Amino acid sequence: MATIRDIMPAFDLLQPTSIAGARKLLEQHGRDAWVLAGGLDSFDWLKDRLKKPKTVVDLSGVEELKGIRTTSDGIEIGAMTTLTGVVQHPVIKEKYGLLAEAASVVASPQIRNQGTIGGNVSQDARCWYYRAGWPCYRAGGNICYADTPVGRNREHAILHANRCVAVSPSDTAPALIALDARFVIGTRKGERVVDAEDYFIGPDIDITRLNILQPGDLLTAIRIPSAWAGARFYFEKVRDRNVWDFPLLNVASAMVVNGGKVERIRIAVNAAAARPLRLTAVEKAVRGLPANQATAEMAGRLAVQGAVPLQFNAYKIPLMRNLVKRAIGGVQEAT
Amino acid sequence: MSLTSLFQWATDPWEQNVPIHIAWFLIWVSAIAGLLFLIVHATYVRYFAKPRQYAVEVPPPVASEFPERVPTNSLVARLYKWIMSAAMLTLLFTAFLPRVGFQFPWVTYHWIAGTVLAASILFHIFHASFWMDFWAIWPDRIDITDGGRRIRRFFGRAAPPPRKSAKYPLDIKLSHGAIMAAGLTAIVTGVLMMFRVRTIFFPRNPYLFSDMTWGMIYVLHGLAGVGLIALVMVHIYFAVRPENRHMLKAMIFGWMSRDSYLEEYDPKRWVVEPTISSPESKGPKGSGAGNAE
Repeated sequence: MATIRDIMPAFDLLQPTSIAGARKLLEQHGRDAWVLAGGLDSFDWLKDRLKKPKTVVDLSGVEELKGIRTTSDGIEIGAMTTLTGVVQHPVIKEKYGLLAEAASVVASPQIRNQGTIGGNVSQDARCWYYRAGWPCYRAGGNICYADTPVGRNREHAILHANRCVAVSPSDTAPALIALDARFVIGTRKGERVVDAEDYFIGPDIDITRLNILQPGDLLTAIRIPSAWAGARFYFEKVRDRNVWDFPLLNVASAMVVNGGKVERIRIAVNAAAARPLRLTAVEKAVRGLPANQATAEMAGRLAVQGAVPLQFNAYKIPLMRNLVKRAIGGVQEAT
Repeated sequence: MSLTSLFQWATDPWEQNVPIHIAWFLIWVSAIAGLLFLIVHATYVRYFAKPRQYAVEVPPPVASEFPERVPTNSLVARLYKWIMSAAMLTLLFTAFLPRVGFQFPWVTYHWIAGTVLAASILFHIFHASFWMDFWAIWPDRIDITDGGRRIRRFFGRAAPPPRKSAKYPLDIKLSHGAIMAAGLTAIVTGVLMMFRVRTIFFPRNPYLFSDMTWGMIYVLHGLAGVGLIALVMVHIYFAVRPENRHMLKAMIFGWMSRDSYLEEYDPKRWVVEPTISSPESKGPKGSGAGNAE
């Protein structure tokens, strides 16, 4: 489809300086408003003229949304905090290294300087066909161009596909799920706090969105409780090149091992489905078992149960199996 | 408003402008149209309608010749009816609730309900063709003549009163026809649409048709679906109206009272075998269930 590139359509640019101001503007403009955080997802859509909002609400001037604060029970990260800010924050590095590691492998240093944690978890799917402006399910149409015998679906879903097979491309999302984070959302009805895993939705619920944000809503902060501070963390991202690339798969786990046994664990993967997946069956199965190779092997097999490969992404099944295995058993023990 | 604004359009990868869906505001158009019909009809019946009047073309039957409980619908027919109703309501709710803001994983429930409806309709066609009076549900010459009489009388023009109905009154026959047309359209298009999702029945094949043909299939499915919103609303409304409650009860219990039968139906057009034994005998001894829906 012919697309005019690099020249954005005209829109009204609104630049609030407070959360209340931003919320008011978003409520006022509803579906016509586009929330601009770091702009790394937004400018692709706007320059390709595939999204033509009447109004863009730029959050870069809202200082309340930036910064990392320690709280009585952990930390609170403003949604507009840059990924570099997350990576370099001493408390995050010390106690929540999982998130620092996940954020450190997002795209490239330049993108991490500009990209925000809120934008990273809220970015849209990166399916070629969707991004090309074709009328697929996610774009409101009635077909998935990727889920066909000749569709380019190497990067797409192996689990929980429902008509659309695009995946969530976020690296920080599984880390936040593993850390049992809460997302704070400003809505018309007031502040709403949801578990990280409930922030994301699959195509079975709403095929046109990857998260629960409705028009007028604003993700303001992410809270990480201290429950998992200093746990044994594992994050691994597999991608085609080592910089400036989205994950083919990633895994994040937080585990508390006591006496050689798994006392508590939270584990999540992303780029396997349209939403980051918390592997609750794996968590349940390994709890109380020795954190060794046999448990890791079993966890890996369990993680991929029900996986359905597309024409070109069957490699994701052994990849996910091995990533889960490494997350629990450690890299040295994996084969 | 042009006809094309009733559909959503998109440009496919081959630069063709193709329809992809109906315009979703049609959901509200249908729901409001159905609601308005109910309000207007209920108001008319409550305040303006005259008592029903029928032509007496047959000698008054000897009431005691008929069973107290006139059999209407066999157990199989009733089971079919309620299964079909449940499937239809599930289909409508799973199709349109997500469109108006209630989000849940609807697709699986939708195609399962659609499969149940398709199977029950196939069974119904087979059952009606070989075990029931297939033509009983279609309007006949008397229905059309009486329909004309009713319309003329409604507008205050001189016309003889209509006769009592056969087993299925004309409005039931017309309702059956409309729901059948919309339902079959939704079912046929829905079965084709199942080629675009993963089901247990056959492999996906999204390229079975051209984009334009697929678009028309989706549009027809949508139009039939929104049409069914109003039709089902009206159907339920008439089912629960006091004057029709004997039909609702008949659809539950399989019989109606002798009084209801003699009051509303023409024994010549809906023949019920008189009770042979004592006029006081109870229970369904007529032959009406033989051509029951």
